[in-house]
Amino acid sequence: MTATQERPAAEIGRDRRRKEDQRLITGRTRWTDNIVLPGMLHLAMVRSPFAHARITAIDTSAAKQATNVVGVFTGADFGESLGVNINAWPITPDQVAPVHSPMPTDRVAFAGEVVAVVVARSAAEARDAAELVDVDYDELPAALDLKAAAADEVLAHPDLGTNKSALWRFDSAEAGTGGNVDEAIAKARTDGIVIEREYRQQRLIPAFMEPRSVVVDPTGEQLTMWSATQIPHILRFALAATTGVPESKIRVIAPDVGGGFGGKLQTTPEEWIAWAVARRLGKPVKYTETRSESLLSGHHGRDQWQKLTLSAEKDGTVTGFKVELLADLGAYVSLVGGGVPVLGAFMFNAIYKFPAYQFNCQTVLTNKTWTDAYRGAGRPEATFAIERMMTELAAELGVDPLEIREKNWITHEEFPFTTVAGLEYDSGNYEAATARAKELFGYDELRAEQRRRREAGDTVQLGIGVSTFTEMCGLAPSRVLGQLDYGAGGWEHASVRMTATGKVEVAVGVSPHGQGHETAFSQIVADRLGVPFEDVEILHGDTQISHKGLDTYGSRSLVVGGEAVVRAADKVIEKARPIAAHLLEASVDDLEFAGGRFTVRGTDQGVGIGELATAVFTAHNLPDGVEPSLDSDATFDPVNFNYPHGTHLCAMEVDTETGQVRMRKYTCVDDIGNIINPLIVSGQVHGGLVQGIAQALWEEAVYDDAGTLVSGSFVDYLLPTAADTISFEIDHTTSPATTNTLGTKGVGEAGTIASTPAVVNAVVDAVRHLGVDDITMPCTPERVWRAINAAGSGGTTEGAAMPHFEAGGAAGNQETPGASSTQGGLQ
Amino acid sequence: MTRINLTVDGARVSDDVEPRTLLVHYLREQLGKTGTVIGCDTSNCGACTVHLDGTSVKSCNMLAVQADGHEVTTIEGLATDGELHPVQEAFRECHGLQCGYCTPGMIMQSVDLLKENPHPSEEEIRLGLEGNLCRCTGYHNIVKAVQHAAEHGGAGQSGGKHAAEVPAS
Repeated sequence: MTATQERPAAEIGRDRRRKEDQRLITGRTRWTDNIVLPGMLHLAMVRSPFAHARITAIDTSAAKQATNVVGVFTGADFGESLGVNINAWPITPDQVAPVHSPMPTDRVAFAGEVVAVVVARSAAEARDAAELVDVDYDELPAALDLKAAAADEVLAHPDLGTNKSALWRFDSAEAGTGGNVDEAIAKARTDGIVIEREYRQQRLIPAFMEPRSVVVDPTGEQLTMWSATQIPHILRFALAATTGVPESKIRVIAPDVGGGFGGKLQTTPEEWIAWAVARRLGKPVKYTETRSESLLSGHHGRDQWQKLTLSAEKDGTVTGFKVELLADLGAYVSLVGGGVPVLGAFMFNAIYKFPAYQFNCQTVLTNKTWTDAYRGAGRPEATFAIERMMTELAAELGVDPLEIREKNWITHEEFPFTTVAGLEYDSGNYEAATARAKELFGYDELRAEQRRRREAGDTVQLGIGVSTFTEMCGLAPSRVLGQLDYGAGGWEHASVRMTATGKVEVAVGVSPHGQGHETAFSQIVADRLGVPFEDVEILHGDTQISHKGLDTYGSRSLVVGGEAVVRAADKVIEKARPIAAHLLEASVDDLEFAGGRFTVRGTDQGVGIGELATAVFTAHNLPDGVEPSLDSDATFDPVNFNYPHGTHLCAMEVDTETGQVRMRKYTCVDDIGNIINPLIVSGQVHGGLVQGIAQALWEEAVYDDAGTLVSGSFVDYLLPTAADTISFEIDHTTSPATTNTLGTKGVGEAGTIASTPAVVNAVVDAVRHLGVDDITMPCTPERVWRAINAAGSGGTTEGAAMPHFEAGGAAGNQETPGASSTQGGLQ
Repeated sequence: MTRINLTVDGARVSDDVEPRTLLVHYLREQLGKTGTVIGCDTSNCGACTVHLDGTSVKSCNMLAVQADGHEVTTIEGLATDGELHPVQEAFRECHGLQCGYCTPGMIMQSVDLLKENPHPSEEEIRLGLEGNLCRCTGYHNIVKAVQHAAEHGGAGQSGGKHAAEVPAS
């Protein structure tokens, strides 16, 4: 036994540079589209140009005769073996949902839907031949505008008889978690304050940088699918459940995946079609989408109308909040589907002590691209609504928006706190985060500057926006998901394997696509087992290696998956303990484990965990009845969600003559519990902020009145660039979570959830004295200008998009200044 | 098919290509230089940025035949003799990448930016990277990485092996 072994410094809390980066900065990556297999064929999709149409004929003969084309298939060629794309979360027992064939044979329900697939020896030849497939359509009226669709004016799926998919409701009086919201509002109408607003959550596109790609290899005993997915395990389950292939014959691999943001939390028609073609032909196939296909057919996010009623006493104490949502599902109920707005249902009350609360959500089918999770999924919508409303309440009362929040928020002495939505918040300190944010931001100074500019009548006005957000993340307690009728659990799995040479392999069920799991989890294991950071290898994303898991979304990887890693590592130590005692000829009770070594209390005798791994490998000298393995698994199911929070402050400058907005400063102080790697956390916050800011200022998926996506390329869908954005000031306060060993809280979605209302509050704040109390997102210069000049919220984007395609079409499609955009989408 | 001869990452290569083949498709599919990636089809995203005779170009925006007789450097050829280029090192040091998909193009563009302007201001960096989209980082740490590189040997360095430095094969 060696007497000494260098103890590694504490890894948790260290700003380790990422293990992932070496391969990514040198181009030695394995993106799905990089994979080339012997004899591999390439697919190209034939997509509907119509939002809603009956397919009357598909002539594939010319395409079949093209050089190097191997086959052309339609849905009819596969029948039921094609499987279906499932909805895993029927939010009500009577939810109306159309069957979602990956390649329908009779009717298309959105522009971009696949109707045929061409298989050729090269991708270019497949794409050329796809042009030769002749499809006859009878165009049908399309349900496009969300409000009109909710009124069943035109049916997205005529056979269903309605566009209304499900009505989901939470009422605090019925649930016994609070009072009656209608009574609170009625009372406030007589002797208090009622704020009523309607906000638009525009349609967004996740727009991950790596287009989706899938490779299927049907050779060998297992069928293997590589996919640019966030969810290899769920994908395997869904393939087995719907295509008749036993789960044990399916291997799914998510190799390096280039971003997801919820956009790769899906089981896609393209994956199912590639699966069917490969099985039919017995040859490996690849399909990689173009960016235009990605924007057109990958799922979109948000797309809600929010009707909001907040009641308060005259002193600003909120007495009730009622939420009525319309949520656009698009053409099909996607994997999470109506579950996305339901994830917001418990969050509209946010950090506040509201006595009464009601949430109603009507999900609606339309003839547009299906919607599903996009970073934050339900919680950005909720946070936007409440943080805009609290600011409006403050404006109504003429007090500082932070003051009205403080009057209503849960104080730090009150944790754990059961909210009016029935959740128990375990920890937090809103006062501390707010105080720190105000200090960093220079809140009082900026308010003083704002006053000066107003008094001077500057053409460029300054606005300050506040967002004191919280969110529920770390999906999730399986029992709660069951109560909500979700089709799966929320546990997570990890295995720790001690190799003969003392290196540690950790297989995790979560599946990263940029988050840095390899680094953060290595830090956790290094500390837990007392081994060098470099000796830990994190394995993921291959169902044959990490055989169990529920993958990555909802800021769950660290708080659920990381806890599984901790527990598996702890089991390794417990398995090693009797072996160490045996080798040290000591009693188990006399052993201590620290810094990777078991030592005999009061002596210098000890043995390292790596030496024990070698001893187990040889198995020459183990105690009787002890198995020769230290390897351990753990599956962790949390008892609660996880509740990060923070205070975000944004200063915007608005040119009142042009409507141009410019971000002056953005400061946020997030309480995400204990931090494993501050460098990774900073990246998550920065990136999250920009996605939320982009919703406020730039992004929108826009359809024309024929149901064509006009923002279907990066020319038209405005992703921010480095030149559009600023550097941020971020800091943290710490209230450790009490529901996991490490005290961590999720951070992946926090920035996105918090920042959108902070920005819009700031823009509105800059021009409120000009009579503006709302500007529709994205707050384009045109909208801001219109709001200033006509005191409306700035009009819709649909009209603004027209001149790009229709010369002279702009004026006729523009809203008249002064008309509120809350009248509906297409006008 | 058209015959092209060029130098890619210091190696002389010769291939028959379809005249319509984009440089990026040639690099990825014929040469196996999959370090260079495709992110869009409208030349907005810059993920495919490489150097042509030492200057950054979007390799989706030119034909392979246009590279005939020229020298191309991709992300795979930027490091020399196992030593990372200072810009590569800076991206790792400053956490200027997350998923890493935009990173090859972002690094190649940053190298070019620093060659043109060895000590750029934050605004000059932001404008210089305007043609490269990133969805993960919010650009904050990318800007820091370029600043870091400028201070740590990245200024004015084109990087990569050039034809003159490698023995003729």
